[in-house]
Amino acid sequence: MSSLALTVSDTLVLARRNLMRIPRQPDLLIAYTVQPVMFTLLFVYVFGGAIRTPGFDYVDFLMPGIIVQSIAFGGFVTALGLSEDVQKGLIDRFRSLPMSRAAVLTGRTSSDIVLNCLSLVVLFAVGFAAGFNFVDSSAGEVVLGIVLLLALGYAFSWIFALVGLFSSTPETANSIGFTLIFPLTFASSVFVPADTMPDGLRQFAQANPFTTVSDAVRSLWIGTPANTDVWMAFVWCFVLIAIFAPLAVTRYRKVAAK
Amino acid sequence: MDDDAIVVEGLEKSYGSVRALRGVSFTVPTGSVLGLLGPNGAGKTTVVRILATLLAPDAGSARVAGLDVTREAAALRAKIGLAGQYAAVDENLTGFENLEMVGQLYHMPRKEARARADELLERFEFTDAAKRPAKTYSGGMRRRLDLAAALVFRPPVLFLDEPTTGLDPRSRLGMWETIESRAAAGATVLLTTQYLDEADRLADQIVVIDHGSVIAEGTSDQLKGEIGGERLEVTLEDAADTERAIAVLAEMSGERPSVQDHVVRAPVQKRPGVIAEAVRRLDGAGVGVDDIALRRPTLDDVFIKLTGHAAEEDEAAAATPEEVRA
Repeated sequence: MSSLALTVSDTLVLARRNLMRIPRQPDLLIAYTVQPVMFTLLFVYVFGGAIRTPGFDYVDFLMPGIIVQSIAFGGFVTALGLSEDVQKGLIDRFRSLPMSRAAVLTGRTSSDIVLNCLSLVVLFAVGFAAGFNFVDSSAGEVVLGIVLLLALGYAFSWIFALVGLFSSTPETANSIGFTLIFPLTFASSVFVPADTMPDGLRQFAQANPFTTVSDAVRSLWIGTPANTDVWMAFVWCFVLIAIFAPLAVTRYRKVAAK
Repeated sequence: MDDDAIVVEGLEKSYGSVRALRGVSFTVPTGSVLGLLGPNGAGKTTVVRILATLLAPDAGSARVAGLDVTREAAALRAKIGLAGQYAAVDENLTGFENLEMVGQLYHMPRKEARARADELLERFEFTDAAKRPAKTYSGGMRRRLDLAAALVFRPPVLFLDEPTTGLDPRSRLGMWETIESRAAAGATVLLTTQYLDEADRLADQIVVIDHGSVIAEGTSDQLKGEIGGERLEVTLEDAADTERAIAVLAEMSGERPSVQDHVVRAPVQKRPGVIAEAVRRLDGAGVGVDDIALRRPTLDDVFIKLTGHAAEEDEAAAATPEEVRA
């Protein structure tokens, strides 16, 4: 087999392994789906009435943002899984096998895509129940939005892979993820339009890739004028992958069981 | 394959300022079992990690199955099996699924990997547990599963890092039998252990390392021979007799006997009637004897003599070089 074919087959073996744990750990699945549902309900019904989104219902504005945030955090399973593999010594086993060196990571990031598809289904269900509607979008635009979200999820899986490989325990991975990345989603247009933010924060929010991607999905799904953001959002995803995938692979080569 | 499956020359490795290996060399003939002995922190795990391609040495070289561990690491991985100290199994997968996964990652066809998984699980007596997630397993079962994972592919060279630490006696015996059967089938095995009876039973050759250097090597008998022959061990009824017992035994042995608790030990030449003679002389001197025996030195004696401490103590050295992260 060629090395590419080997990488693909090893990736599939490991992706299957990662997915097999999901139905066996229902608590993980619940944590994974409950949080976005809570956020949707909190923002639509608690804050929704007080937030002005001229021209749009808040729920229509919010849902693309909530989905962006949830999908970005989908990769969190990768951080947990990898730090667990390091802690338990499984990484040593993998590194001593004649398998592709990238496959432990690509196996993780590919299984995240499957999980992200699952969470999209949950998010759409909650969104529609809370009154979300696509506004004047074609089927192609809806699909393009979904593809963009999965690309973002994939990019963040690589970021979380790096977090997982640097964390000595799953708990550390947890706190790094939430203290570093969580605030980034708030300093963006995920929940509220960026124009209302004070100077400094506004510029930061406008440069934040979460803003770019949220606005891109909004332009595809509810017709906000921000068309250049769509390709810019894809560029962001590719840039993040191009930076973090090699960093994670380099780290993986050096990491040792704790 | 070469005559020597493992050739290690001048391996050095430091973690920061801690010198874990200071020039370790040894060879392991193809098809034999090498016991790598040493206290915690001696560098055993570092040697195994280098040979299993997990860690690059700072200096020196090592060839396993004819392949260089750094330059030809990728090819080498198809020829080795590793069972570490950690029982590296995926707790969310069943025993069967763990072995199937490892087989597939060795690029065995799936059908073959599954058949091999079944075979190993049966041999290791997993029976119904094979279908349960590994998180329900006891420590001993995880160890057995970990060893089974190293055997899935029948690699010609096996590295086993303290394979029986923490196992109950029955599991230990089972583990020994498995290792012996792999060796009998022609595999070369490098085994680290703190248990000297384990090395005594399994290893054809023993290498003792301490503080990152080889301090002795040879067969178990050679090592025991180096520290002298038979010894008479006399357990006294009354510690007050110690001095008299020493005087009597010193006459017989020509060397000053050693004393520990109520036991007096004296090196003697093995000859018929030596025990009876000792009893007669001790009795004549009015020394009450609780127990008396002629004992060959054990590897424990060798170990204490070589390293100045027993093999299984030394837990105080918890922050050992081999546990410092790479």
